[in-house]
Amino acid sequence: MSAKRQFRIWRGDETGGDLQDYMVEVNEGEVVLDVIHRLQATDAPDLACRWNCKAGKCGSCSMEINGKPRLGCMTRMSTFGDDETVTVTPLRTFPVIRDLVTDVSFNYVKARETPAFAPPADVAPGDYRMQQVDVERSQEFRKCIECFLCQTVCHVVRDHEENKQAFSGPRYFIRAAELDMHPLDTKTDRKEYAQAEQGLGFCNITKCCTEVCPEHIKITDNGIIPMKERVVDRRYDPLVWLGSKIFRRGETPQTSVTTARPGTATSGSARGGLHSHSGGSHDPRAEAQAQRGVNWDREVPHPTAPAVDDRGRLPLTELTFDRAAAPSPFGDDVTFPLPPEHLNFAHPEQDKH
Amino acid sequence: MTTTTRIARHHYDVVVIGAGGAGLRAAIEARLAGKKTAIISKSLFGKAHTVMAEGGAAAAMGNVNSRDNWQVHFRDTMRGGKFLNNFRMAELHAKESPQRIWELETYGALFDRTKDGKISQRNFGGHEYPRLAHVGDRTGLELIRTLQQKIVSLQQEDQREFGSYDARIRVFSETTITELMLDGDRIAGAFGYYRESGEFILFEAPAVVLATGGVGRSYKVTSNSWEYTGDGHALALRAGATLINMEFLQFHPTGMVWPPSVKGILVTESVRGDGGVLKNSDGKRFMFDYVPDVFRKQYAETEEEADRWYTDPDNNRRPPELLPRDEVARAINSEVKAGRGSPAGGVFLDIASRRSSDEIRRRLPSMYHQFKELADVDITAEPMEVGPTCHYVMGGVEVDPDSGAAFGHVRGLFAAGEVSGGMHGSNRLGGNSLSDLLVFGKRAGGHAASYADGLDARPRVAVNAVEAAVETALAPLQRDTGESPYTLQQDLQAVMGDLVGIIRREGELADALVRLAELRERVAKVSAAGGRRYNPGWHLALDLRNMLVVSECTAKAALERQESRGGHTREDYPAMEPKWRQVNLVCSLDGDTVQLTRKPLPKMRPELIGLFDRAELAKYLTDEELADFDALVADAGEADNR
Repeated sequence: MSAKRQFRIWRGDETGGDLQDYMVEVNEGEVVLDVIHRLQATDAPDLACRWNCKAGKCGSCSMEINGKPRLGCMTRMSTFGDDETVTVTPLRTFPVIRDLVTDVSFNYVKARETPAFAPPADVAPGDYRMQQVDVERSQEFRKCIECFLCQTVCHVVRDHEENKQAFSGPRYFIRAAELDMHPLDTKTDRKEYAQAEQGLGFCNITKCCTEVCPEHIKITDNGIIPMKERVVDRRYDPLVWLGSKIFRRGETPQTSVTTARPGTATSGSARGGLHSHSGGSHDPRAEAQAQRGVNWDREVPHPTAPAVDDRGRLPLTELTFDRAAAPSPFGDDVTFPLPPEHLNFAHPEQDKH
Repeated sequence: MTTTTRIARHHYDVVVIGAGGAGLRAAIEARLAGKKTAIISKSLFGKAHTVMAEGGAAAAMGNVNSRDNWQVHFRDTMRGGKFLNNFRMAELHAKESPQRIWELETYGALFDRTKDGKISQRNFGGHEYPRLAHVGDRTGLELIRTLQQKIVSLQQEDQREFGSYDARIRVFSETTITELMLDGDRIAGAFGYYRESGEFILFEAPAVVLATGGVGRSYKVTSNSWEYTGDGHALALRAGATLINMEFLQFHPTGMVWPPSVKGILVTESVRGDGGVLKNSDGKRFMFDYVPDVFRKQYAETEEEADRWYTDPDNNRRPPELLPRDEVARAINSEVKAGRGSPAGGVFLDIASRRSSDEIRRRLPSMYHQFKELADVDITAEPMEVGPTCHYVMGGVEVDPDSGAAFGHVRGLFAAGEVSGGMHGSNRLGGNSLSDLLVFGKRAGGHAASYADGLDARPRVAVNAVEAAVETALAPLQRDTGESPYTLQQDLQAVMGDLVGIIRREGELADALVRLAELRERVAKVSAAGGRRYNPGWHLALDLRNMLVVSECTAKAALERQESRGGHTREDYPAMEPKWRQVNLVCSLDGDTVQLTRKPLPKMRPELIGLFDRAELAKYLTDEELADFDALVADAGEADNR
């Protein structure tokens, strides 16, 4: 049983684009991704769309279908009316690369900033013991397939590009919650980190993320709210409040993790929105880079501060250095002159010849 | 058209192609060895096909049944592979997989637990004891996420130490490698393109680890994603390496055949391990009719005994639904051919009538959820329609078992995971792939690192090789007279599905080779519309030649092997031949042509062959081999008496 159905699909790239109409054959039991594949094989061979498993397990085919963020492989055609037009657009929160493919590197940047699992130092591999009931809480969040639908639907960043620097989004709140609830994780300030560094405070619990989650993770109820509650517990704990009256400002036992990182300024920690979120780097160029999102194509070497000693000097002398003379600024494995084929240079006019 | 093209150049010590379980584990190992490592992923980071693995990772930890150990696991693996496995790989795998699983816990993995807090292990087809570490039915996702997060944690270390996350390990996502670069017989690098921009990239590196997975996209009904186009197999061949066992493809016995939105999606063996049974259109539980003689002793003969096994496995034999995958696939195929199939050409897999709705939802949560959402099928209320689906290729790059270094005339090339061959013999046991990825991923990454250390000079990439690679990559975009890549892929899938599928015949295989030769002409002239920026048509056009050469290997080897064994079933040679067990079919490339040679299997060490009963060996070995075995046993007996 097949019928022709009306599809409107956004085609274009970062310079602009528009919705294009397609009439396409749809068979019984198909999902939106099946239809997009048919379009690729017929009318639109270069229609760009990410997909992998076509089974709702990899989270690649995220798109907005009739305005709602969904997985193309999990949206059955039978959920639409017989003559309903299906409109497919790319995720709105992320920059378009082409057609339905967006630059989701924002999420990978935030993932890299979230502190990793900290294993217990005194437990050997094979000796980990945990009860099922204790691992289940974290396991719920580990079901996440990283489709980033929660990230795209979240109103904090959906129409507010300026919040992206300070806000990690629901996916990374549940990552923090997962590690916070991990029975053997030894890092104890996950909640404070979420508050101070991930922008947990921006979330005002509209639960849109929970609503779009294809894995039905209770992002808000089981992840975000418990994290917020426990941060509040600590912040408004009367003993902590009393302590802050007794100790001088700056000596207070801080709830913010920024104090735990040497060399980090604490001044901006009062409000997440003002604070730096470029992965602990305090190099302005690296920050600017992080704000633009990582460009996976180009390696931008980050200048690193010299490791100076107590007196502010480099701990290097010609006597202690491991080779004769100064190191080559180009790297010691490069010999000059470079062979021309190794030069990565394109003359601006070369394409005209 | 312009001839000058911008090419981004990168220098690394080790380049890992593929970002699934094997690739990530290899990269972790190379980075831990201090090497500057690149991971190249065709998709986004963390989307690799490993996420699809549901059942678990097999490792003889003995947490559920303390009688389990590596020897038992080794025996099961060899049995499953019908003794065609590279015994050394099976041995290493059985010995090392527990450590690899435990290591994952130190990276943050959360497996399901036993009552005493250890990693829980479940039953699975072909495994004597409960052996599969699992997380519900999303073990593959847990594995990939854990490795992904371990890489992030290594990047965080590097950020602290060097001020850059990418200082020593970097992920190039949505990047495809089209050629390996050689300096004489040594690997010098890899050339490819960014999918997003279509721009080219050249990695200069002395060591390359292939971890590209399988070849399933050459088949019509497959559980594999678009990425599975045999890239690693083809890259290895073109670089001078060899492939073995390419005739052996695993067709998962229970892929969904209806409705179309879930066609090809696997129904995990756990459904059968947890009580699901296979029925034909007459409602008969038919698997009892298909127990082969070699397995007769281990499997129940009556429904009553089989049903008792679920609760009392020590005193009852296993239900025949848990026979190795090839046996189940063949049985389903026979039922369908005999006209007792389901409306969509499969059979019925019924767990709804055998377990309570709550229990099904608890034990198979993502299975339930997947079919409910994808197809509006409620597996707690109605039987599923299932049939054989192309799932896994046992064959792959012929490697040194200990190091993963590719054989043939190339140095600096390593392979791990599905793209490598030998470990699984003629048929892979469920659960052995996830542990395979970890064990041999680690080994390949470590050995690639020490290979890079041992070189006095870096191999150089030749300029003309880069120019040739650019030209080949751009060719489909520059032609506008050829056919669409989608049409060609459909035709290739039809040839492979119809003629080199689960049951094979000489005439059909010969016909397949003729048609593949025709396709080769057409693929050489393929044209892709559009530009270079994220153009799936162009990407497919470039993948086609890989799919084609790998399909030729499969068809040629399948025609050559005149017996049925594991993932290779010949209707005209239905029996397993001990003579053929001594032979590996090795594919290599001579110019454009696939060459096939026979190579004897390595001989199992005495202490390993001694793990088996003579009666069992008699089903697999030739008379001469059995005489050797008897002499061995007699020697050992004398040694004991002395």
